[in-house]
Amino acid sequence: MGRYLLNRLWQAALTMFLSSVVVFWGVRALPGDPALALAGEEADPERLAQVRADLGLDQPVLVQYWRFVTDTLSGDLGQSVRTGTPVTELIGATLPVTLWLSLFAIVVAVVIGIGAGVVAAVYRGRWPEWVANAFALVGLSVPSFWLGILAILYLSVGLGWFPASGYVPVTENPVRAAYYLFLPAVILGTALAAVVMRQTRSAMLESLSTDYVRTARAKGLSRGRVLSHYALRNSLIVVVTIIGLQLGGLISGAVVTERIFGLPGFGKLTLDSVFTRDYPVIQAVVLVVTAAYIVINLAVDVLYSLINPRIRVGGRS
Amino acid sequence: MAVSTPVPDTEPDLGRRRGRVLHSLLHNPLGLVGGALLLVVVLAAVLAPLIAPYPPTRVDFDVPFQRFLTIGYPLGTDDLGRDVLSRVLFGARASLLVGVLSVLLAVVVGTPLGLVAGYWGWLDAIVSRLTDLMLAFPFLVIAVGLAAINGASLSNAAIALGIAQVPTMIRVVRAETLRFKELEFVLSARSLDASGLRILGQHVLPNAASAIIVQATVIMPVAVIGEALLSFLGLGIQPPTPSLGIMLSDAQQYLFRAPSAAVFPGLAIAVICLAFNLFGDALRDTLDPSRQER
Repeated sequence: MGRYLLNRLWQAALTMFLSSVVVFWGVRALPGDPALALAGEEADPERLAQVRADLGLDQPVLVQYWRFVTDTLSGDLGQSVRTGTPVTELIGATLPVTLWLSLFAIVVAVVIGIGAGVVAAVYRGRWPEWVANAFALVGLSVPSFWLGILAILYLSVGLGWFPASGYVPVTENPVRAAYYLFLPAVILGTALAAVVMRQTRSAMLESLSTDYVRTARAKGLSRGRVLSHYALRNSLIVVVTIIGLQLGGLISGAVVTERIFGLPGFGKLTLDSVFTRDYPVIQAVVLVVTAAYIVINLAVDVLYSLINPRIRVGGRS
Repeated sequence: MAVSTPVPDTEPDLGRRRGRVLHSLLHNPLGLVGGALLLVVVLAAVLAPLIAPYPPTRVDFDVPFQRFLTIGYPLGTDDLGRDVLSRVLFGARASLLVGVLSVLLAVVVGTPLGLVAGYWGWLDAIVSRLTDLMLAFPFLVIAVGLAAINGASLSNAAIALGIAQVPTMIRVVRAETLRFKELEFVLSARSLDASGLRILGQHVLPNAASAIIVQATVIMPVAVIGEALLSFLGLGIQPPTPSLGIMLSDAQQYLFRAPSAAVFPGLAIAVICLAFNLFGDALRDTLDPSRQER
């Protein structure tokens, strides 16, 4: 176990290092001179040289990279070129919105996805399976942002059930926050629910045909107990991994969902920074997403090895 | 001396096997529906310049916000009086183009990397780190980066979506290579001193083809939705070129005056993806019968 964890930790650290190099180089490949952007187009050469020295742009590349790493690790992600606000402040203000949205979306996906997957496996070959399969197919095919637009058109404006846009921080008023986040979370969670449903169904079908489930049934355990304690518990291993792998898609989906429902989240920050060419913000946003993705996948792998001891012996599958 | 590669199942005649795949697809009702839908979608996209009633960018300020089923404008018009049907047809064409380009990119980059990673253990470690690195950048982040460097465009969208699918393609091909590496026909080729590259090209690749094709049909709808999403956000195709994503983004601004301008582009995306998903599922069941029972 210790060796597996160490190996996995080393891999994650290496990936993190490589992606920091990619981000560093990527930002330097961007057109335009950051010193010029900060000093203004009309700055005289001395002022420009001063800004360049302040930013460390006159240093060798390796020194610049080292400074970039140490600054980042000490929590200094630079300042927005546009407003001068520290990037950490911008992220601190927007990230919670996206985290709550994603969290709610995952809850929606897990509840609907696992529920529909179990139903599909248990009622194999009968109408509930067809309904669940059709749901999954539609969920995979329908773009979630279109679903969002339709929901605003029919549920928010047509029926007036939900707000079409707006946001209240969860820490301020949880009930109103849930009211505002409900529709975006359901929309964002649908596509993920379809993936989770398919995986749950196939994992459940597999574990339902195993010897230990047959033994549990032969012992006379109730159907519900066999399902929940034996079949489902083992199927969840697969489902956990799938959710981890889908987080990249969830991040992309959150960006567009925030755009549609006008949520002041991390996605909005990302898009705004791209359209205004606010390079320090772009760099920080990309770095945060990448780091989050690596850490979450590491956590999923560790969780996976805790639930499923076989993986520790076999190493990578 | 040449070594012939047997097809993994006992059927030696490739022509007959292809016939069987087709036969099996035609007898799978969902595959049949998916195939028919796919045919319609592809024909509509390819023939768009011939069947669209108007040029997709033709503006007519006399007829803005026409409703669904208006004479002359069966799917209505948008705020500039542009015909929604014509724009949907051309938008579908752009979606499929981006889809095909990104699938090609994923196959062309992912297949060789998967093959060498599966065959040579020492390369596996390097390719695996590369895969991890690519997975750490969700496609939206790649698209954001490319848009910041080169400006948003159709080719940037295709590249971002293609790169994002490379890691899964590598994993699929790598797993297939690992499986075939131990089979007799590869061992016998190796015993005849065939070089590694020759074994991969002549014996492993043809057998991994069905898994690659299935993965391509999985990527396609993801890429189509991805293109729409990027164009919707302004990171993909740029106006006035019609794109289903741009149409949705425009339509959101006058959602209540012309709902049909928001409904049909999305419906088109859903139909395209449904066609590929149905067809892909049927193809997977046919080419890989071991998964059929699950």
